[in-house]
Amino acid sequence: MAEAVQTDLREELLPAREVDLRRSVRVGLLGGLTAVFISAVGMVQSFDEAGLVVGPLSFGDLLLLAVPFVFGVLAGHPPPVLTGFAEPTSGARNVIAGGVAGLLTGVVIGVFVALVDTFDVRDIFTRISPELLDILTYGQTLAVGILIGLVADVILGLAGGASQLLGERWRRPLFWALLVVVMLGVLEALVSQILRGARLDRVQDALYAPTGELRLPSAIAIGLGLFGLGLWLRDQPRAVRQRIGAMEAERRRLVTAGALVALVAVLGILPWVLGPFLTEVLNIAGIFLLMALGLNIVVGLAGLLDLGYVAFFAVGAYTTAVLTSPASQAFSPELSFWVALPLVMLAAVAAGLLVGTPVLRMRGDYLAIVTLGFGEIARILFLSDALKPTFGGAQGILKIPDIAIGPIEFRGPELFFYAILAFALLAGYMVYALQDSRIGRAWMAMREDESVAEAMGVNTVAAKLWAFVIGAMLASFGGALFAVKVGSVFPSSFNVIVSFTVLIIIIIGGMASIPGVIVGALILVALPELLREFQEFRFLLYGALLIVMMLRRPEGLIPSRRRARELHEEEVVQDARLRAQAAEASATASGE
Amino acid sequence: MVALLDITGLGKSFGGVRAIDGLDLHVDKGEIVSVIGPNGAGKTTLFNLITGLIPTDEGKVEFEGVDILGLPPSAILERGIARTFQNVRLFPEMTVRENVMVAQHCRTKAGVLAAIFRTPAFRREEEQIRRKAEDTLGFFGNRLVGYRFDQLAMALSYANRRRLEIARAMASDPKTVLLDEPTAGMNPRETQELTELIGKLRDERGYTILVIEHDMRVVKGVSDRVVALDYGRKIAEGTYDEVAHDERVIEAYLGRKEAAG
Amino acid sequence: MAETVGLKARRAGRLSGVDAFLWLVRVVALVAVAWGSYKSISSGRLTAAQWRGLIVAGVSQGAVYALVALGYTMVYGVLRFINFAHGEVFMAGSMMGFFVADGLSGTAMWTSLPYVALLIALLAAMATSTSISLVLERVAYRPLRGLPRLVPFITAVGASFFLQYTFAGLFGADSKAYPPVEVLKGGFTIVGFRFGRTQTLVIVATIVMMIGLYLFVERTKAGRAIRAVSEDQEMASLMGINVDRSIALVFAVGGAMAGAGGLLYGLTFGQVDFLSGFTVGIKAFTASVLGGIGNPVGAMVGGLVLGLIESLGPSLVLFGLGVPSAHQLQDVVAFLALVMILIFRPTGILGERLAEERA
Repeated sequence: MAEAVQTDLREELLPAREVDLRRSVRVGLLGGLTAVFISAVGMVQSFDEAGLVVGPLSFGDLLLLAVPFVFGVLAGHPPPVLTGFAEPTSGARNVIAGGVAGLLTGVVIGVFVALVDTFDVRDIFTRISPELLDILTYGQTLAVGILIGLVADVILGLAGGASQLLGERWRRPLFWALLVVVMLGVLEALVSQILRGARLDRVQDALYAPTGELRLPSAIAIGLGLFGLGLWLRDQPRAVRQRIGAMEAERRRLVTAGALVALVAVLGILPWVLGPFLTEVLNIAGIFLLMALGLNIVVGLAGLLDLGYVAFFAVGAYTTAVLTSPASQAFSPELSFWVALPLVMLAAVAAGLLVGTPVLRMRGDYLAIVTLGFGEIARILFLSDALKPTFGGAQGILKIPDIAIGPIEFRGPELFFYAILAFALLAGYMVYALQDSRIGRAWMAMREDESVAEAMGVNTVAAKLWAFVIGAMLASFGGALFAVKVGSVFPSSFNVIVSFTVLIIIIIGGMASIPGVIVGALILVALPELLREFQEFRFLLYGALLIVMMLRRPEGLIPSRRRARELHEEEVVQDARLRAQAAEASATASGE
Repeated sequence: MVALLDITGLGKSFGGVRAIDGLDLHVDKGEIVSVIGPNGAGKTTLFNLITGLIPTDEGKVEFEGVDILGLPPSAILERGIARTFQNVRLFPEMTVRENVMVAQHCRTKAGVLAAIFRTPAFRREEEQIRRKAEDTLGFFGNRLVGYRFDQLAMALSYANRRRLEIARAMASDPKTVLLDEPTAGMNPRETQELTELIGKLRDERGYTILVIEHDMRVVKGVSDRVVALDYGRKIAEGTYDEVAHDERVIEAYLGRKEAAG
Repeated sequence: MAETVGLKARRAGRLSGVDAFLWLVRVVALVAVAWGSYKSISSGRLTAAQWRGLIVAGVSQGAVYALVALGYTMVYGVLRFINFAHGEVFMAGSMMGFFVADGLSGTAMWTSLPYVALLIALLAAMATSTSISLVLERVAYRPLRGLPRLVPFITAVGASFFLQYTFAGLFGADSKAYPPVEVLKGGFTIVGFRFGRTQTLVIVATIVMMIGLYLFVERTKAGRAIRAVSEDQEMASLMGINVDRSIALVFAVGGAMAGAGGLLYGLTFGQVDFLSGFTVGIKAFTASVLGGIGNPVGAMVGGLVLGLIESLGPSLVLFGLGVPSAHQLQDVVAFLALVMILIFRPTGILGERLAEERA
């Protein structure tokens, strides 16, 4: 009897859920709309002026062609395998799905092109111009252009779908190789500068044509080389990490120390390698990094969504300006930067308390709006005629002197880099120290469940005020450095965009993850500075990025020092994985 | 013997509803007392009143001879009454270890500046907190130790979450622990384990325990004394056998159907 | 429930320092307002007629806020979520109104049938705003329902910036100047109050739409469904109400009102640009909180009150306190009003009306 029951329990899998071609149609239409959108908004045209690779296709063309490829990848993506279902067969279906998506993208673009050709809408849609039309038709006549586009889109869609056939093993290195090649093309100025600075003119010449575009052979060579490298190195990072994890504490500390020393050495010579322009870019990113670390404490640790962080930035900047500049009107003590700094900190503490106290009892979203209001209030006050005698109104305050230590003046981007670096390291240390401490845990508890935290003895009033005060201080350092760097302060610099940029850095970079914030600052601040064409669409992309991030990672704002995977997995699965890892690690360790 | 927890004439109304009415309850040191009663009898309300989560209308609550009515929940925790929640209220995005570490907040004192400057006192206290957390978690055998320490609380299985809640209550060095339906949702094996654990809590750690339970096997296996509530009033008190066979108690559990029908 | 009550149970001295500070703020604010008002009025800088003019301006401005506030308040009432991008919904309507008005201004209709032209512009504006509001809900908010509130909020912030810069990219970053409407020039006087024709149009249009909304919410089946969903989503769905559709409807109605507000805003101020939604959005939200969030009548009252505060604040209070160029601080007054209300009476003038929060 028992046997009969047993065999009946053998699993019968349901037929697999295959790639859905109807979905591909929808994906394709979405792709077409995206392509139309980026054209109408002006991205295609702006990017067109920049070259990427030597050849008939401009950056604008490549951008346009990337759309069907990307949406082909999306369309060809197999639906997730649920338990009880068979695995879908990958093969022609994925490719066809990609092709269908590509086709529809091409159709939508074609329709758009035809419409644009017939009707002149420049009065309303300012960026839809003859130049755009030219790009969209690849420089050909209308019909030919549309046809070329259609064919190209289908092919790229098919390619996108085909890429789904490659296992994860292949796709990752492919993606990174493509990304690096594109980056090399886009950041030509930066790379050329570095190569020339390192006396590698020959290499520079081999990579880039005189026009600044990548030479096609070099691009292909590098792409393939990186792809191969990526394949070979696939498992190395994990293996290295495991080896390090398996080392005893003593050795591990040596390795970490060694890595840190190397990092410090690199940072030490960095400004001289990069040159003034690029160092300046890093300086700007560095100031934002400093602020992001501060906001990290307020939002990431304590869970207080402060949308008016720019207010503290402004307080720091203006306090510095008033105290150090001879051009400050009502009150001009002309202190040195270092003497003024404690007073700046004091002003920040006051500001932090002023903002923090009213919001102590407010719900999360109300708190966000109120702090946003405070940010605006700060800007308007600094701009106002009422406070003009002290803050200079719309004319601001000029002639802020450089930072000096004894006879050494930190003038020029290279030297200033070290000042910013020092403060950033300080901020980084503070985040690290506070996270792993009683107050850090109290903040996190308060963030997760305020009443239970209160019941456990956490003084939420003090905790919130501390968070605001420390956040304010770090932002004010950023403001002080900003004021000195620019040499003057104008109220127009202190707007909600600054608050928003800092916020998006920590959201995208990962809250409470210091390396994540650094990466975030580099991508979101440094990169746009280098890409002139990118500037005007920066916030549009940031906004889209935020939306996509929230939709794709709805579990929300995760401190990414935890592996995000852990949140998706059940305990049982996690146990199995961790046990396997532990077994591997001890195998590697004993194998040595 | 002076009762550890002495409740007299406790009363609380919500709107027009009398949630607790003239309740007397005395718990001696080292006792395990179970509180039973049909849903809505006021058991969780009783816990909420004792721990200061909601204000009392009338009556007296004395702990170790001192009146604790009107004190905030954190002060009551400091005096030595810890509790778990019926719907587990952990800090989901903090690790298992961190949940237990933060539960010691009221017993520790390192401040922000000490944290920033990493004073020796700070480091010593952190080490203590950490060790204590790991010790406390060790009370549950292998279930919450090792790599579990660094798992996020939200990733835990249901039974482990309930255990973590209890670990949190233990971490604050209480004298009394109030367990609100600790075995709800557990399978028979887990329930049995937890029953033994509650005994261990008293025997090894010396806690006085007040348990709200629906599962009579647990009540029978654990209790020195059982108190039965219905409509906010105490209707029976005594050993498990006495209360289980008390007519009024049986009627309270079954009689509701008659009243409704 | 234990949560909110538990927070109230914190009677210990821990908060008394903060409470004392807040009481101080209350007192200072009241004294400042009283003193400033007294000085301003007695200084005689503005004539009685000018004061009355400010009041009318405040009411008219407030009407626009009220229309936009409706969107915030209804969405918050149902979903307990601040639709940060609602300001851009308003801006979109205003922009569309501009394009239509601009397009029609060259035609004969503009001079011969101006009200028809304005109506067409109004409908276009409302249609645009409604569509954008619906798309927002479907694409950005619906997938995130049920998640901790700050997640959709951040999405909304992202959507807000995305829309702003999309409009800047598509239509240019310059201000769009509404074409002048001959028939709206000039005004008339009633009971000593001078009403500009534009202001009258704004106020009348707002009243008409409010009445329409009231009838819709109270008398129609869809409106009743919305009210049910506002009270208790779970219950409503158990009673057969299509919750998704009702929520979409809430966004649609809010969007339509905002679109109308957008057109009226354009007519009042003569211009609009891609950033117009930002400030108006925050102020409209302030208005909805002022009146009592979740409460449509509250949005109207709040809008009115905020309009008056903004209009009279600088001249009435700040001038008397000796603040130079007080009119620059108009927005500061509005934002301070938000802070004050949220500290001292977070439930608003008429009280909140929020959905049941399930533990």
